[in-house]
Amino acid sequence: MNGIDLSVEIAGLKFKNPILLASGTVGYGYEISQFLDLNKIGGIVTKSISLKPRKGNPPQRIVETASGMLNAIGLANVGVEEFLKDKIPFLKQYDTNIICNIAASTIEEYVECVKILTTEDAIHAFEINVSCPNVKEGGLIFGNDPDQVSTITAVVKAVTSKPVFIKLSPNTARIAEFAIRAKENGADAVSAINTLVGTAFNIWTRKPKIHNVTGGLSGPAIKPVALAKVLEISRNCDIPIIGIGGISNYEDVLEFMIAGATAIQLGTINFVQPDAATKIVNGIINYCETMKINKLRSLTASYELN
Amino acid sequence: MIITEITVSSVEQLKNHIYHLKCYSPALASSIKAGQFLNLKVNDTTFPLLRRPFSISDVIGDEIYLLFNVHGEGTRMLTHKVKGDLLDVLAPLGCGFKTDGDFDTAVLIGGGLGVAPFPLLTKQLQGKGIYTFLGGRSEADIVTYGLKNVFVSTDDGSLGEKGTVVKLFLENLDKFEGKKIKVFACGPTPMLKALQAALLQNNIDGEISTECAMACGFGICQGCPIEDKNNSSKYLLVCKDGPVFNIKDVIL
Repeated sequence: MNGIDLSVEIAGLKFKNPILLASGTVGYGYEISQFLDLNKIGGIVTKSISLKPRKGNPPQRIVETASGMLNAIGLANVGVEEFLKDKIPFLKQYDTNIICNIAASTIEEYVECVKILTTEDAIHAFEINVSCPNVKEGGLIFGNDPDQVSTITAVVKAVTSKPVFIKLSPNTARIAEFAIRAKENGADAVSAINTLVGTAFNIWTRKPKIHNVTGGLSGPAIKPVALAKVLEISRNCDIPIIGIGGISNYEDVLEFMIAGATAIQLGTINFVQPDAATKIVNGIINYCETMKINKLRSLTASYELN
Repeated sequence: MIITEITVSSVEQLKNHIYHLKCYSPALASSIKAGQFLNLKVNDTTFPLLRRPFSISDVIGDEIYLLFNVHGEGTRMLTHKVKGDLLDVLAPLGCGFKTDGDFDTAVLIGGGLGVAPFPLLTKQLQGKGIYTFLGGRSEADIVTYGLKNVFVSTDDGSLGEKGTVVKLFLENLDKFEGKKIKVFACGPTPMLKALQAALLQNNIDGEISTECAMACGFGICQGCPIEDKNNSSKYLLVCKDGPVFNIKDVIL
């Protein structure tokens, strides 16, 4: 690696590089491990876990849009118990950070999940999903209310000593306010952004293309929005940011870091190029060599605004 | 399951909107089971963003054949490929048809381009008797490439019997008296649903190749759920648990 230091740190947790895999885009790691060496990435964020298993929404769950896609999976997941029994043993054989994403319908459910999962040593941090647009209860109802985000952050922090990241919704007027409230209540970082609410119709049947009517828009189409949200948080709140939103190549990663991100997550690109993370790490190394950057983390929030 | 590049040998128009894409890929040609599919990126830009799933239609030597219908931007782009173009594919994906088992006669039932996997399936059913029933809206939907012993129906009667392919199959059930048959089917969901009901009612074993919108093709996007007949608490995934299922295992 020619001595280039790609590592970043959030709340004392060291990541070998800033490339994480986003929740809901890699399940619990097994399938993508056939294409990608998970030892080579900074971390993996699990599919959202809820206290009990969730079946998720009926089909159709996804539809492609211009340079993006809408999804309404509905938080299908195996639940805490099966996650600990069947999924953690696979994940913990890798030398990478395991970040457990938690989704819940009530504040009590968040607490209960984290209380159980925090006893598992293989989990390095929690990402709290307060911004899923595709479930009836919880999700965006929490993510759109600063008081709820404050409460959830505080109660979760009270039951774990592990780092807690709050995953924020872009479907709000001022995302920085949510980041400020998360920080005030002890959050160690914010992940930004979750998907944007969108929809699509079939003109022949006049029906929505996805069963849930609306879904979350992701992919390259949302990158400029995500980048602006990261910048907004960076300019208004001193909290580490994990940038997410349409990141597909090493240039995108660097752009997010310059705009304020400490680390980033790859999402939709995993569906198309499951080995994207490997190429991205190599691209970043080449960039650092060209730009004579010794420590990649020096790039974070290095923007030069007029 | 690998990510690889396959080389286009040719793109041939079979009918109005129906094409054969032939690609050189010794690795896939030697390992594909009928009913498996690949997920193909039609270009390297972000539009279309997602890969497109295609079942492998046939294998000749080191070449794999895909049979496709132009119905969107992605498939339209595919028709413009020329010899030597490289295509990025994820393959082989999903499970294929189970061609071994206690039956002496295979009955292949396809709706429209649901016949896509049948030429390869016909080869892999070597030693079994084969009957093929094809249905389509009209003559323009009927492709008989690589098929044996073909019976045709169309909705408008422009070719073969007028009516649905399921009806045509049921009208010919007497052909199979004294034979141990297994049905292999692929086509639109309403057709498969009607067929599934008819097979269960007549106590005939069968496998169906299902379809559903999907992004990744290997289980990470969770985009393609299908009801599990044996466990209502969770869905199966078309891409990974299927696309081929026994008729007793799923609810359409």
